[in-house]
Amino acid sequence: MARVAMRGLNKMYDDVHAVIDVNLDIRDQEFVVLVGPSGCGKTTTLRMVAGLESITGGQISIDEKVVNELPPMDRDIAMVFQNYALYPHMSVYDNMAFGLKMRKFEKAEIANRVKEAADILGIQDLLKRKPRQLSGGQRQRVALGRAIVRHPQVFLFDEPLSNLDAKLRVQMRVELKKLHERLGTTAIYVTHDQVEAMTLGDRVVVMRDGRVQQVGDPMDLYNQPANRFVAGFIGSPAMNFAAVRIAAENGSLWAESADLRIKVPAPIAPRLGRYAGMDATLGVRPEDLRIARDGDANDMSFDVAIEVVERLGSEILLDVAAGSTSMVASVEPTVTAKVHEKLRLAINPDRVHFFDNQTEAAI
Amino acid sequence: MATGGSVATVALRQQYVPAAKRGPITRLLEDERRLAFCLMLPTMVLLALFIAYPFVNGILLAVTDTRVGVPGHFVGMDNFTKIWSDDIFHVAVWNTCLYTFVTTVFKLALGLWLALLLNRNFRGKAFMRAFILLPFIIPTVLSTFAWKWMFDPTFSVLNWLLFHVGIIRTRINWLGDPTMAMVSVIIVNVWRGVPFYAISLLAGLQTISPELHEAAAIDGARAWSRFRHVTWPLLLPVTLVIVLFSVIQTFADFQLVYVLTGGGPANATQLFATYAYQLGIGTGLLSQGAAISLAIFPILLLVVIVQLIYIRRTETL
Ligand SMILES: Nc1ncnc2c1ncn2[C@@H]1O[C@H](COP(=O)(O)OP(=O)(O)OP(=O)(O)O)[C@@H](O)[C@H]1O
Ligand SMILES: [Mg+2]
Repeated sequence: MARVAMRGLNKMYDDVHAVIDVNLDIRDQEFVVLVGPSGCGKTTTLRMVAGLESITGGQISIDEKVVNELPPMDRDIAMVFQNYALYPHMSVYDNMAFGLKMRKFEKAEIANRVKEAADILGIQDLLKRKPRQLSGGQRQRVALGRAIVRHPQVFLFDEPLSNLDAKLRVQMRVELKKLHERLGTTAIYVTHDQVEAMTLGDRVVVMRDGRVQQVGDPMDLYNQPANRFVAGFIGSPAMNFAAVRIAAENGSLWAESADLRIKVPAPIAPRLGRYAGMDATLGVRPEDLRIARDGDANDMSFDVAIEVVERLGSEILLDVAAGSTSMVASVEPTVTAKVHEKLRLAINPDRVHFFDNQTEAAI
Repeated sequence: MATGGSVATVALRQQYVPAAKRGPITRLLEDERRLAFCLMLPTMVLLALFIAYPFVNGILLAVTDTRVGVPGHFVGMDNFTKIWSDDIFHVAVWNTCLYTFVTTVFKLALGLWLALLLNRNFRGKAFMRAFILLPFIIPTVLSTFAWKWMFDPTFSVLNWLLFHVGIIRTRINWLGDPTMAMVSVIIVNVWRGVPFYAISLLAGLQTISPELHEAAAIDGARAWSRFRHVTWPLLLPVTLVIVLFSVIQTFADFQLVYVLTGGGPANATQLFATYAYQLGIGTGLLSQGAAISLAIFPILLLVVIVQLIYIRRTETL
């Protein structure tokens, strides 16, 4: 078990700057998830930690020891690949035992460790099979087994669940979580699926175009996104954004556009003061919108027309239009709204976000 | 419900394939066995014309005493017993086996080494890959003539080179000395055959996912272990097929030796094919030449069967 630290980490491919100035401190036993859209540099970062990719600039250390120049085998890490990368000509047992054999472990010790890992993962009956005789989920387990028999300092996962069907993915996600609780090995996990990131990560690192956007525990990212990108990336369905102009009137601030007019809640008004008379972006999560009741204040609600009704069972998603602004609202399953109906939506005043239009940073 | 459904499908089918519009040929070909026969017919004709007919003719020839200009009579196995006790034939068998074995070992080793190099990432990769194929593309007869000049007793550029580098003090009599003649022939065959091995093995290497090497590297395998435990086992099925092709070709090799040494000196490089040609066409003993050609058959058959069994075994691993 170990800490992993990245200092000013950079990676240049010929003309692509794939990873830019990444600083990250991963604590012992922590499960950290790198998440971001395709091409944002997650895999590249992970492969630099593994030693499979050379480091252009900066430094990576594992347990205070700089590993920049160490080959993968000397870093004491184990990696689970997206396509499993099981040795097709070896049995499940040999796949799991390979790393131990290469490290000259005794036969009995190898057998013990493989058996232990097979018990944990429930693949005792598959040990004699070849990888091609396994289902996707079973292969995934074998790949995990190959990683855990080594008792490495750090686990590296590159989208290990993305080849599984939706149901199995949820199941394996839970198992991974349990496995981590049981072994406590430091883990870095790459995914582009924000749900996976939120459920698995002790801390989540959101990346975009090679840069880290925000690091924090899942609820922090959800409640206080650092910028518009994180706000839109974390949470499903995604946060609604509306272009507004901040106006000062009668001693209070208003966010207004042709389609809506909202009073800026008092707690965040001071921060918005200097934007008076300027454009900004308003952000509201679908779950922070609800159908307005008679007693609701007028300055926290607006009129919309329903365009699509998506019934998900536990909730209903209303795709609505306020003038030319499209939004999604998540409402209780008991709501009986129909397409083309008009209604009034209210905003939860404690959960309104504003973003600077130039920097995209949260205000 | 059920009847309703079937009525509907019947109606549909009639709509899609109006029976009246199909011609008699179409109806004939409706039968899959007839269609298969028609499709295979061209291949069968070609095979019969160019493989089966000469093969059968060869057998018929081998059991007569036909010579050029002299129609022969049936003599049974006479030709075979004659070559069985022919010393030159024994030499040719031994030479062919030696030639095939040594060249195959070198071609495989060098080809694999080249393929591993070409499989890396470097500038001018595509160009190198094309360049490597040159010896394979040039017609054998032409390149062999070039080699013949390089081996020439007086003008040998090889001798000149080795002499000036200081490796040799006296001339090597490349094609005149019996041992050196065999060595020369082997060198040329290896030179010509390596590209085929290299490119085919390279194709095999490229089917091996780089992730497997990365996984093995993380698992603690050094370069040699990665080759031995990952690359080699995964390349083996391809390698066996390549070796099979190459062995068959080398065993029946003719052009190269014919141009370079003509089987000499004193039969030192005499192979199956060159000896069959020498007896059959050179001396005019058509039937004995045919008998020698046929004698390759059981040997090659054995080689092929053994290899095919082995290939099947590794493929089902
Ligand atoms: N070998 C390479 N040569 C050149 N550019 C590369 C190479 N590998 C990755 N890149 C580039 O680096 C950037 C980051 O790639 P990376 O694979 O890290 O993305 P990712 O975040 O893992 O995306 P995904 O979710 O699609 O896997 C991309 O723009 C990619 O095109
Ligand atoms: Mg990736």
